[in-house]
Amino acid sequence: MVAGATAIEARNVVKTFGSGSEAFNALDNVSVTIRQNEFFTLLGPSGCGKTTLLRMIAGFELPTSGEIMLDGQPVAHLPPFKRQVNTVFQSYALFPHLTVAQNIAFGLEMLRRSKSEIDAQVDKMLKLVQMEPMRNRRVNQISGGQQQRVALARALAPHPKVLLLDEPLSALDLKLRKGMQIELKRLQMETGITFIFVTHDQEEALTMSDRVAVMSKGKILQIGTPTEIYERPSDRFVADFIGETNFTQAEVLERQGDEGRLRLCSGVEIVQQINSLAGIGDKVTLAIRPERIELAPHDDACQFSGTVQNVVYFGTDTTYHLNIQGGGHMTVRLQNRWGHQSVLQAGDEVGLRVPPEAMQVLKD
Amino acid sequence: MAATSSDAPVQETGLSRPELASRANDRAAMRRRLMLLAPAVLIITICGLAPLSIVLAYSWMQPAEYAGVIPQFSPDAWINLAFERDLFSDELLPNFAYYSIYARSIMMAGMTTLLALAVGFPTSYFIATRAPHRRNLWLFLITIPFWTNLLIRTFAIMLILRDEGVLNVILLKLGIIDTPLQLLFTNWAVSYGLAYAYLPLMVMPLYASMEKLDFRLVEAGYDLYASRFQVLRRVIIPLVKPGIVAGSILCFIPAIGDYVITSQLGGGKRMMLGTLIAMQFGPARNWPQGSAIALGLMIIVLIALFIYAKKVVARSNMR
Ligand SMILES: Nc1ncnc2c1ncn2[C@@H]1O[C@H](COP(=O)(O)OP(=O)(O)O)[C@@H](O)[C@H]1O
Ligand SMILES: [Mg+2]
Repeated sequence: MVAGATAIEARNVVKTFGSGSEAFNALDNVSVTIRQNEFFTLLGPSGCGKTTLLRMIAGFELPTSGEIMLDGQPVAHLPPFKRQVNTVFQSYALFPHLTVAQNIAFGLEMLRRSKSEIDAQVDKMLKLVQMEPMRNRRVNQISGGQQQRVALARALAPHPKVLLLDEPLSALDLKLRKGMQIELKRLQMETGITFIFVTHDQEEALTMSDRVAVMSKGKILQIGTPTEIYERPSDRFVADFIGETNFTQAEVLERQGDEGRLRLCSGVEIVQQINSLAGIGDKVTLAIRPERIELAPHDDACQFSGTVQNVVYFGTDTTYHLNIQGGGHMTVRLQNRWGHQSVLQAGDEVGLRVPPEAMQVLKD
Repeated sequence: MAATSSDAPVQETGLSRPELASRANDRAAMRRRLMLLAPAVLIITICGLAPLSIVLAYSWMQPAEYAGVIPQFSPDAWINLAFERDLFSDELLPNFAYYSIYARSIMMAGMTTLLALAVGFPTSYFIATRAPHRRNLWLFLITIPFWTNLLIRTFAIMLILRDEGVLNVILLKLGIIDTPLQLLFTNWAVSYGLAYAYLPLMVMPLYASMEKLDFRLVEAGYDLYASRFQVLRRVIIPLVKPGIVAGSILCFIPAIGDYVITSQLGGGKRMMLGTLIAMQFGPARNWPQGSAIALGLMIIVLIALFIYAKKVVARSNMR
C-alpha cells in the first residue's frame, strides 16, 4: 500500500435533480479526496446528499457537473459493472432467489473466476463474517443482522478497491450495531480495502473513522479526523451536530495577528485565537463542550457565573443545566468518577471555569 | 338427553361459553360468505358444468347419420384420438393424421407463446418502469385490441398481410421485393394473429410480477459486475419467472384450441385442433368425435395446470 495515495477524488461535483423551478441541488460543489486504505465516513442528517454522493462513486448516477476520479482516472464513461467498487446497500438488496453462498459468489461469477477460486473465496468470506452454518439458507430465512453480514461478504468477495457502505447498521438494534462497528473496523484493517461509510449517527462516525466529512444540505462543511471535528469544529452546524455544545456570544475588542481580545457575555475579557473574518467590534460565537467546563465556587479564575436550574443524573455522569449571568444557558457535564456526590442543587450559585483551549471561535 | 347434549361439547372440548358463542358466529359468517358465492355457483353450473356433462355424455355415444348422436354406448370416439380402425382388417393402427394435427397445434401455440413473450416482456418492463400514475394508461392501451371484435381484428390483419396488402405494398414500393410475398395463410400469419390477440394475457401477469420487482436488486447486479444481459438473465428473469410462466400458460391454452384466427389467417389449409373440432360438429357430422377431442384437450390442459400449480406452491412454501 502506498501511504496516502488517492483512492477516490470528487472535484467540484454538483448534482441537480429536477429542472426549471423545481431544480434542486442534492450536491452543491462537493470536493473531497479519499486516500487508499482509509476508513472514510460521510456524516450528515438525512437528506443531505450522502447516498447521492455514494451512488455517483458507484456509477448509478452521473454528476451534473464536476468530476469523479478513481485511482486518478476520470470514470464518467464507466458503467457501474466496470468500476472496481462494491456497495453494501442501505436495504442490503440481497438476491431473494439465491442462497447465502450463491449471493456471495455472484460477483465472482460475473467476473468469470474459476470454479475453484470462487469456492475458496466464498468459504473465506463465510468464515470472515461467521456465516458458515447458514451457507445454504435462502436470504429470507436469516435475521436482519445476518443479512447485513451476507451483504458485507457479498460486496467484499470480489475484493474491490473501494467498498461503499450506505448506513449499513441503521436497521440493527443497539447491541448488534456496537458489535458490527467493531467488526467492520476489523474487516477494513484486515482486507486493506478503502471503506467509504455513510451514517447519520455522529457517535458511529467518531468511533470508527480515520477521517470524517460532515455534510449538510448538499455541501461538505468540514473534513478531518474525529478529534479534529469534535475539538475544532469549523462552524456552528458541525459543532451542534457532533456531540453537545454550548454556544455563547462574545465581542471582539482588539486584534493582534491571529489572537484577539474578546469580551464575554459575563463581562470577563479573554485572549483567544480567532478566525481572520472577525474584525474589531464584531460579535463572534464561542463553542464550549459541556464536559470541558469545571464548576467551582465563584472567583476571578472563572469566566462565567450562573445559577443551577436542574441536575440530571445519567449514571456515568451528571448534567447540570445552568442560567448564565449576562444571558443564556449552559450545560455542564461532570463524570461521576467518585460516585454521585450532588453537592449542588437547583438554585445554587456557581462559577464556571473553562480552559482557553476548550473555547472554539466559530465562523458564523 | 336433549337437555344435556347442548352442555356436552362444553365438557368435551373444555371451551368456555363465550368461545362457543364466537364459534357459532364464525359458522354464521361462513354461511354468509357461502351465500355470496351462490350466484357464481349457479352460473357455473348452468353454463359450465351442465354443457360439459352433455359433451362428456356425447363423447361416449355413437354419431347419428345427420348430425346429433344416437344414445348408444360407444368408446370409438375416444379410441379414435390415438388409433384408427383399419377399414378391412378392423385392427387398430396409430392415427397419424391426428398426431400431426396435435403436433402442429402444439407447435403453433408454442410459436405464439414465444412471440407474445418476446413482445410482451420488453413491453411489461417498459410499463413497470414508467411513473406509477402513467402505468394504468399504458396497460389500457395494451388491452385495446381486446375491446375490438375478434372478426374485425382478424380481418384487419388479413388486409395487412394479403398479397396486395399494406405490408407487401410498402415492401414493393421500397424496392426490397419484386413480387409480393406469400404472408397470409402461413404458420407465421397464424402465430402473428394469435400472439396479437393474446398479448394482453401475456402482458398482464408479466407486468404484475415486474411491478413488484425491486429495482435495487437490478442495481446490486450491476454493482457486482453483471453486464446488462447478465442482469437480465441472472436477476430479472429469475425474479419475474412466476409472471413468465403464468403469462405463457394463459397464452398457450387459448392458442392451442383457437378456431377463428387459425381458420381465417391459416386459410384452413392445415388442420389444427380448433378447426378439427369445428369440422366434427360441422361437415363431418361426428359429434361424439368432436366432443372427445374437446374433452381430451381440456383434460391435458388441466393436468398441466395442476402440475404447475403444485410446483409453484411447493416452491413458494420453500421461500
Ligand atoms: N432520484 C432523485 N430525484 C429527485 N430527488 C432526489 C433523488 N434522489 C435523491 N433526491 C433528493 O436529494 C436529496 C439527498 O438525498 P440523499 O442523497 O438520498 O440523502 P441522504 O442519503 O443523505 O439521506 C434529498 O432531498 C432527496 O429527496
Ligand atoms: Mg441515504
